[in-house]
Amino acid sequence: MTIELNGRTVELSPGATVADAVIEAGADGDSRGVAVAVDGQVIRRVDWGKTKLRSDQSVEVVRAVQGG
Amino acid sequence: MPSKVDSEASAAERVDPGISRGDVDGFQLGGRIWGSRLIVGTGGFRSLEAMERALVASGAEIVTVALRRVDPLARGSALEVIDGLGLFALPNTAGCYTARDAVRTAQLAREAFETDWIKLEVIGDDRTLFPDAVELLDAAQQLIDEGFTVLPYTNDDPILARRLQDAGCAAVMPLGSPIGSGMGIRNPYNIQIIVESASVPVVLDAGIGTPSDAALAMELGCNGVLLSSSVARAKDPERMARAMRQAVEAGYAARRAGRIPRKLHAEGSTPDQGLPDLG
Repeated sequence: MTIELNGRTVELSPGATVADAVIEAGADGDSRGVAVAVDGQVIRRVDWGKTKLRSDQSVEVVRAVQGG
Repeated sequence: MPSKVDSEASAAERVDPGISRGDVDGFQLGGRIWGSRLIVGTGGFRSLEAMERALVASGAEIVTVALRRVDPLARGSALEVIDGLGLFALPNTAGCYTARDAVRTAQLAREAFETDWIKLEVIGDDRTLFPDAVELLDAAQQLIDEGFTVLPYTNDDPILARRLQDAGCAAVMPLGSPIGSGMGIRNPYNIQIIVESASVPVVLDAGIGTPSDAALAMELGCNGVLLSSSVARAKDPERMARAMRQAVEAGYAARRAGRIPRKLHAEGSTPDQGLPDLG
């Protein structure tokens, strides 16, 4: 299954969840300051493990950085 | 017999309790009372260590952070430092050009930081980084409807400030001059008009270059100052952060003290009466 993850095309196993995408993106899913949007919709942290991804979906995994 | 430190503290308290305790009335923002009227941005520091030292020196309780795509190679975490210092991380929507993007970024920030506070920035172009008034007001209205505590970075436009206030923003944060320009407060008259008409806190946001700019913002009646580059990009950020803290406190104390009016001509303070005739 191919998805767009933070602007890169990546291959995930069929049935992969948002939690898998978070790990694939290189984020520590347990730490505060990480959030995910799938096709522009924010997925709540409690739903990461049960939200399955579909092919061609666009996933953004963001985290806190320094900013003014 | 009180120690020297105690007597100094009580002397400061007599002059203005705000100086020793952060505020006499309390800086009320978003339904909470804060001890410091200085909000510091965390962007632009040369290292996380430099940021940490400057944040401590600033005395700030609220610091801004941004959201960006995860960089697996990034070392260290700004949020860990902020959490470690016990500061409140205020997420921003920096880099958003439309209401839609700003609303989505705010929603992501709510999830990431477990707060419904948002420093709302909707930028009109990348050269000036001036706010896009139309998109800003639209985003503010949407976010307020969703229950956010919205702190909008806005132009120094009293009418837009009023519209943002009427929409339900928790503060208005007019710019002094363009972000990162260090040009200070280019239109103090507009800032004064915004302050006069505001029923929510006014926080001067952007353009501060040096402590006298921050002091002026407070003397004009602003309730707080938000700054970033002037500290982060100073040669010695820690020292500059301390200077900004002192400037905000001094400007606030001066505002409360009430300055003398400006006059064209001199008015001596020494009495003329009793002047000796030295023939």
